[in-house]
Amino acid sequence: MSGLRGVRRVYAVFFVGLFVFFLWSAGFGRLQGYDVELLLQLDPLTALAGVLTSHTLYQGLAFALVILIPTLFLGRFFCSWICPLGILNQAVSHLWHRRRAVEAWEENRYRPLYRLKYYLLVVMLVFAAFGSLQIGLLDPIALIYRSFSLSFLPAVDHVAGGWFYTNAPVFQGGVLIGGILLLILLANRFITRFWCRALCPLGALLGWCSQWSVLRIRRDVDACNQCKQCLKACQGAADPDGAVRVTECHLCMNCIEACGTQALHYGLARERSSIGRPLDINRRRVVESALAAVVAVPVTKSSLSVRTAPAPEVIRPPGSLPEPQFLARCIKCGLCMRICPTNVLQPALLESGFEGLWTPILMNGIGYCEHHCVLCGQVCPTAAIRPVTVAEKVGAPPFTQPIRLGTAFFDRGRCLPWSMDVPCIVCEETCPTSPKAIWYEMVMVKGRDGRQVALKRPFVQPDLCIGCGICENKCPVADLAAIRVTSVGETRSRDNRMLLHQQAVIQDPSRADSVVSG
Amino acid sequence: MAGLSGVAAGLGIGGYLLYSDEPIRQSVVVPQRLRDFRVADDPLHPDLVVVRGRRVDAMVQAAVDKLGGMGRFIRRGDRVLLKPNVGWDRQPEQAANTGPELVEAMVRLCRVAGAKSVWVTDVSLNDPRRCFARSGIEQAAVSAGGEVRLPGQEDFIATDMGGKVLQVWPVARFFHEVDKVINLPIVKHHSLSGCTLAMKNWYGVIGGQRNRLHQAIHASIVDLAAAVRPTLTIMDATRVLKRNGPTGGNPADVVRAETIIAARDEVALDSYCLQFLDLTPEAVPFLALAEQRGLGRVAWRDLHPVDIQLG
Repeated sequence: MSGLRGVRRVYAVFFVGLFVFFLWSAGFGRLQGYDVELLLQLDPLTALAGVLTSHTLYQGLAFALVILIPTLFLGRFFCSWICPLGILNQAVSHLWHRRRAVEAWEENRYRPLYRLKYYLLVVMLVFAAFGSLQIGLLDPIALIYRSFSLSFLPAVDHVAGGWFYTNAPVFQGGVLIGGILLLILLANRFITRFWCRALCPLGALLGWCSQWSVLRIRRDVDACNQCKQCLKACQGAADPDGAVRVTECHLCMNCIEACGTQALHYGLARERSSIGRPLDINRRRVVESALAAVVAVPVTKSSLSVRTAPAPEVIRPPGSLPEPQFLARCIKCGLCMRICPTNVLQPALLESGFEGLWTPILMNGIGYCEHHCVLCGQVCPTAAIRPVTVAEKVGAPPFTQPIRLGTAFFDRGRCLPWSMDVPCIVCEETCPTSPKAIWYEMVMVKGRDGRQVALKRPFVQPDLCIGCGICENKCPVADLAAIRVTSVGETRSRDNRMLLHQQAVIQDPSRADSVVSG
Repeated sequence: MAGLSGVAAGLGIGGYLLYSDEPIRQSVVVPQRLRDFRVADDPLHPDLVVVRGRRVDAMVQAAVDKLGGMGRFIRRGDRVLLKPNVGWDRQPEQAANTGPELVEAMVRLCRVAGAKSVWVTDVSLNDPRRCFARSGIEQAAVSAGGEVRLPGQEDFIATDMGGKVLQVWPVARFFHEVDKVINLPIVKHHSLSGCTLAMKNWYGVIGGQRNRLHQAIHASIVDLAAAVRPTLTIMDATRVLKRNGPTGGNPADVVRAETIIAARDEVALDSYCLQFLDLTPEAVPFLALAEQRGLGRVAWRDLHPVDIQLG
């Protein structure tokens, strides 16, 4: 009877294929309107946590209802049929499956440890309710997008180059991000689908939702001969040989296929069906978890972060919401960093505080923000980076001001024309605004040997600077550039400002020359 | 005992073979020079042709015909590389990159002349995929039967430039893999060198930390022009970026000059094009330096240029 398991495998292959296809498509020239963030939008956990932090169900996140509502009736089908991480765990577990029945029984029986995921879910949701969105750390879809985008795909490209990138990107702390996924996969060596059974908060949410499902795996107690072949094949530790735990069952359908007497079926209860076991959580532990989170939230918020004081190096992508709202929406999935053509978007470590771990920041030593590029906002599933248009970004009509990410400052002690009397002004050359925010003054200086040197010494006109960082990126002072962008003046913040007037002084490009010749 | 003796002998021989005075064993690569892509002189044809008109394909055709036809430059089976200026993520109207019409016309002429392959490449300053897509050059090249070659990090070969300030630099490997190279620059304002013309366009050959070249920009331009001797150069002066170069961005900085200039002498060509930017040769030191190095003549009138006006 190769029925439902075969169908499940077709779904699994399809959705893993879709996941890889979306990741491949998330590049310049390939995007072509594909909804590459679809799998993230289908995720009920990020949708729910986002609703708690921002009180809105943002656009595509409504797709999550397509998963959530059927789960109420059908059970946790998402985990083995759609979730790329669940499917990957299942495939890896299969490589290490136990051939001896007693070992498999021991491994697949239910353990109290598997309650942990529910407590983690409670902690995450309490954090969200208090406005701190940390769900992306553990949400399986965000986790697998992040791990593949920031670690696995660049690694694959190092071995077999050219499939995904012209130049493989590099990411700050990518080894940590990829290493976590490797550990999750390695855990399958010891306990089948350890992540799904014990840790996954999305699995916990879907498990909780599935406890009333009418369709479920049921065992005919008369037909069953207690051979336990079903338990040997069980992916979820759902005790199919006893009272089935519907909240743990991933609907992988292995047990039905394994059963020699056709005692198991997926569907409505029959006359001789066994009873099920309810959700196994300890209410006291739930309350304790919630209380611990309630205490932890203000502790994290009381520590120094961009919420409390602007940080010069926390430069957010164009269109990013103000920092508190940004942190309330960013799920750290890394899709913006995947699609960024210059590799400037990097996963933060502690630059923006503990809450901001793995959120995107610009590191202009690695790349710069391409003037006419708005791809990061186009793919962001939660609009932590709003989907701005090119016109809005560069300040073309009907917009009057460009989006500023920060402001560039010269370090005159390192600048070649300023401190070493060496001609350069690469910064001015590459400045993309028109008129250029970087201008220069012609000066004659006397060198050490008494010779006169004609020099162009550059300046920043701060109200024209958009903070794109190409000057910093292209500065020949390679290790620590002589011009550097900091976040002050960023459009998204009302407080991180320095100028009284943000109005551009030069509006007429024909007057640019007179300023340049200064 | 025999086995142990074998291991000991093996260790001794291995140690002898691996012994070195150097801390790390490195293969020694002798950097190659780029080949000279020029074709033989021909006194029957001019070396500088100026065509004014509206339709770029007809202007290019007329210019090449006057120089003796494409058959003079491209042999059947040649691998040809076109080097337009595709430095920036800008659209054609902004005149920061060579116009796609010129690239398309040249790819087509090379194909008609029997070129085996026509590659179009540049080492762009902005993201190369965006530069080639938004400049229209990728589409123009592909539609005319050419191929775009985007250099990745691994696509550079240490090359002996043999210059005064440029010695060994990484050069995009495509320049080592073709028989003919055609330069397709655009006339632009440039804040440091005064102008970006044909010789300055060879910045797009090298990778590495080329932003250091600005510290001796005139000497670098001459070194590059001495290292890369193209088969032919065709200048796009249909749109001229007068200010805010080399990036531009504002169409108000662009004027239409509707001119195509074909040349075999890049110094004369650059010198001729100064008029579009209201510059004189004295304001552009690299021209005199190039003439001293024997790369061409600043006094372009001595070449008796042919002026063609198309309808």
